[in-house]
Amino acid sequence: MGIYAITSMKQLTYDIYEMKLSGDTTWIKAPGQFVNIKIDGLFLRRPLSVCDISENNITLIFKAVGKGTEILSSMKPLQQLDVLCDLGNGYDTDVVTEKPLLIGGGCGVPPLYYLAKILIKKGFTPNVILGFNKKDDVFYEEEFKALGCKVYVCCLDGSYGHKGYATDVLSEIDYDYVFTCGPEPMLKAVYNNCETSGQFSFEERMGCGFGACMGCTCKTRYGYKRICKEGPVLFKEEIIW
Amino acid sequence: MVSLKVNLSGLELSNPIIPASGCFGYGKEYINYYDINILGSFSIKGTTKDLRFGNATPRIAESNCGMLNSVGLQNPGIDHVVEYEMKEILSYYSKPIIANISGFSIEEYEYCVKRLKGINNVGIIEVNISCPNVHDGGMSFGTSADMAAKVTKAVVKAADKPVYIKLSPNVTDIASIAKACEDAGASGICAINTLLGMRIDIKKRKPVLANITGGLSGPAIFPIALRMVYQIYEAVNIPIIGIGGISSAKDVLEMMMAGATAVQIGSMNLTDPYICKTIIDKLPDELDKLGIEDINEIIGGAHK
Repeated sequence: MGIYAITSMKQLTYDIYEMKLSGDTTWIKAPGQFVNIKIDGLFLRRPLSVCDISENNITLIFKAVGKGTEILSSMKPLQQLDVLCDLGNGYDTDVVTEKPLLIGGGCGVPPLYYLAKILIKKGFTPNVILGFNKKDDVFYEEEFKALGCKVYVCCLDGSYGHKGYATDVLSEIDYDYVFTCGPEPMLKAVYNNCETSGQFSFEERMGCGFGACMGCTCKTRYGYKRICKEGPVLFKEEIIW
Repeated sequence: MVSLKVNLSGLELSNPIIPASGCFGYGKEYINYYDINILGSFSIKGTTKDLRFGNATPRIAESNCGMLNSVGLQNPGIDHVVEYEMKEILSYYSKPIIANISGFSIEEYEYCVKRLKGINNVGIIEVNISCPNVHDGGMSFGTSADMAAKVTKAVVKAADKPVYIKLSPNVTDIASIAKACEDAGASGICAINTLLGMRIDIKKRKPVLANITGGLSGPAIFPIALRMVYQIYEAVNIPIIGIGGISSAKDVLEMMMAGATAVQIGSMNLTDPYICKTIIDKLPDELDKLGIEDINEIIGGAHK
């Protein structure tokens, strides 16, 4: 938590950027947690999920989609950012699973990378489905393959990989648990089509990102939960659509 | 040594800095950032008689130098707050807090106040008659001097603590409403709550907030809040807690010169969780630069 320096900035697709920060990573306790970044000139911080951490390094991946992420995408190495860490619950990797399946859609792909590394460390190499709209949007396929994961890429328009939705390849894969992150329609499709339990990471507009403002509350079967604090990851069994 | 102590209706605060209701939860979310016992006090999340989920999401939108919220008073209800949150606060905050309550009828306000009776770590009861985000009450009590006076009278009668009324800026003459509250027995005034506003998503051609409208807060509203506190100070003789867009120690001094005895910091806590600590640390220096030894000297100092 505090001031982090940008160490590298890489454009992965026409609108997806990978940014590496150096600074204290001990705040980050679980894959699926997020950081909240102050951007000069904007009032609210911008929450971004953690893609990977290593000693003193945080990798973030984001899509330049609005004012905040456009400013971020134009930043250069050595520039500094005010970052709050230790946000959100993250994925619970103590659940019993031997054949985990990770399903990521678009900007929901990044947190699954660190999750895959943790699962592999536990001895369970996950299968990975990456869903995109088209070939030009695809990123991190090789990175997941390099970890040893079997990767299924799906593109809606059929321009690369399997044609169709991420959920269309579910029946081809042997899995006993699902971890997913992506746009809400995709999460809902995973919820309706997967035959196992799982964990789903949600997105919501946030005020603070650390549980103070109640801006991002959702209803669950176990009561009201703040997406930023008791989320963003919810268990399948507690989700109310 | 510069003195930062101020007094609100007998409640002595070590400094005039109070995080505002709705931006500080029950304080717990901030204890990882700094020791919140340095605060003068803090105002808890607005509490109603019954549990409320609040409005649908999105409840947050950004604007230049500020933000809009339409949370809609999400809270676990006064019984839960009294039995659980108020007790838990004792484990991490040793000073009296400000209990912010809201209602949809005079009876609900009375119920909340009665439940707060005898709770020692409540220093002040802050009555929100100005929430712009609930459709069945809230702000309507704060937009008429008559209704404001009725709520004030009922709450003061039922309370065993000083009662401060938190006013809405969404009115033509805030000073007359403040005066009506004073005449009805209020011990103090809190001003201002958020200003009603909205944003539109131009790609979706739809309002950003699910509730359509929300309350604007942040540095964008500071001059409006300052003007209203100035006007209220001319109209009443009870203490004012100045609220609205404060983001620096200098803003605190301005607000106090306009007439505030203490201030509340709202949405700046959300974007900078350290803001209250930063301001408390900087206040002595800012006062020193102006040759002020006791912060009380400046209260209302801008009125000739």
